[in-house]
Amino acid sequence: MNDQASPAKIYALHLGVVGLLFAFNFVLPDYHQSLFSRIMVLAAFAMGYNLLFGYVGLLSLGHAMFFAAGLYGSGLAVVHLGWGVPLAFAGGVACGALLSLAVGLLALRTSGVAFMIVTMMFAQAFFLAILYFAPWTGGDQGVVVPQAVRVVRLAGASLDLTHPTVRYMMALAVLCVALLVTLAIVRSRHGRVLVAIRENEERTKMLGYDTFAGKLAVMVVSGTLCAAAGAAYALLFGYVGSSFASIQYSILPLLWVLLGGAATVLGPLVGTLVMYYVIDVTSFYTSAYLLVVGVVLILLVLFFPRGVLGTLRERWLGWLP
Amino acid sequence: MVALMVTPMVATPPLLTTRGLSRDFGGLRAVDGVDFALNQGEIRALIGPNGAGKTTFVSLVCGRLAPSAGTIAFDGGDITRLPAHRRVRLGIAYTFQITSIFANLPVYDNVALPVQRTLEDGRGRGAVRAGVMGVLEKVGLADRAATPAGQLAYGHQRLLEVAMGLALKPRLLILDEPTQGLADGEIESFIRLVREIARDATVLVIEHNMKVVMELAGRITVMEAGKILAEGAPEEIRENQAVQAAYLGAAHG
Repeated sequence: MNDQASPAKIYALHLGVVGLLFAFNFVLPDYHQSLFSRIMVLAAFAMGYNLLFGYVGLLSLGHAMFFAAGLYGSGLAVVHLGWGVPLAFAGGVACGALLSLAVGLLALRTSGVAFMIVTMMFAQAFFLAILYFAPWTGGDQGVVVPQAVRVVRLAGASLDLTHPTVRYMMALAVLCVALLVTLAIVRSRHGRVLVAIRENEERTKMLGYDTFAGKLAVMVVSGTLCAAAGAAYALLFGYVGSSFASIQYSILPLLWVLLGGAATVLGPLVGTLVMYYVIDVTSFYTSAYLLVVGVVLILLVLFFPRGVLGTLRERWLGWLP
Repeated sequence: MVALMVTPMVATPPLLTTRGLSRDFGGLRAVDGVDFALNQGEIRALIGPNGAGKTTFVSLVCGRLAPSAGTIAFDGGDITRLPAHRRVRLGIAYTFQITSIFANLPVYDNVALPVQRTLEDGRGRGAVRAGVMGVLEKVGLADRAATPAGQLAYGHQRLLEVAMGLALKPRLLILDEPTQGLADGEIESFIRLVREIARDATVLVIEHNMKVVMELAGRITVMEAGKILAEGAPEEIRENQAVQAAYLGAAHG
């Protein structure tokens, strides 16, 4: 945001994070390598959510539908239409883009609590549609994308997405795309306008900005990123399940973003990582792990309402994008 | 021969015209059939008692409110149905009566928002920076560029509000009670600022401070109960019996 921030420092930080994640692939034990793959894909989902929630200040309770649009769009294309992996991925992303455009055109006529309710209702309708069309979607059982078709074949070479290292690197690639998109938008002039819409929409209009168009554009970018994460999830982990379209997966990205720091570029990654490991560790000891999660969140809201990176930025690192 | 008799003044059409402009709030007609014209380059004051419909009237002009009836023309084109942001792009800037700045953003970003929108070609950061600092110099806030706007003193927040309007390079700048809450010294420099702005833009100012009105305005329009009660040069308005009864008398006595 701030013109004074040195770009070199910002690039170094993000390259460092990506480099670290790359190196982790070679040192992490198998179990954690697989967990990290999952976390990176879900962090990309959270980054997509953060664009709309953190920067524009629109709280959506329906982003599960965009993740699920990518998930089902790509998964079902492979299973029912026999599409190859790259085409199916593109198909899933396109589903998310179209859905977010349609939902945005309608839902953005509202704001505040009404926007939360409208997005939640759309997502609920999407979820119920998945259950209704069980012959294609597998209903609440979901669909498994067989291991044999999760292979990229390009120009004679083949890449097995079920191989742990390939899967990890693909997940990292998805995360990098989300990171780049977020950085590019946030550090551009449009980023300044988005924050202005969040801070004072009426005033932004009176400076000559079409705030509806601005919000719609971000809604589509956000929905498309979430769909890309969903499509990657289906192809990398082979499971297309209706639980990913449920309300739980609309609330989770909100929690991840709040934990890591809304309106920070890396916050969604930090939040997803921490939350995943808190659940992983506590569920080892108790079946009431959601209780622990709840307590963590209450403490967070009470003492660190800006999340991990938001607090860091406020106290020490003013230049953090 | 006849052509020689025509003065250029007559040939210049008004910059802003409203015809029968009205706005109802439920049963209340806040603006009632206003016919109004504003010429290029003038400083016009809009005065009247509280509740006369002044803010509602300028809100209709800048597009924050939609009229119930009537038309608005700007620079020869009908803008009655244009959304607010399109009117801003045509050159109508509005500064808010209740200070409406981006309190959590630095002063720099507050002004960068209007500057970057008006830059046609300047893709580089240099162009934005130059534009922002130029405007901040003009209002005397250049040394506060990095301060969060919400931490400025009230008088400086009012100046920032004007700076944001100024940064739009407007053809018509609407100032809604700009001197409200300012100290006397601040009002003096504010009058100088408005005079400077008026060299490039037409100014329509809603103002309660009669000293400011008499010093600044070329013409004054008086509103009461949603209608235009009188219009004329400052001296004419001062002498006008109806105006005295409705407004000046009340204010002075």
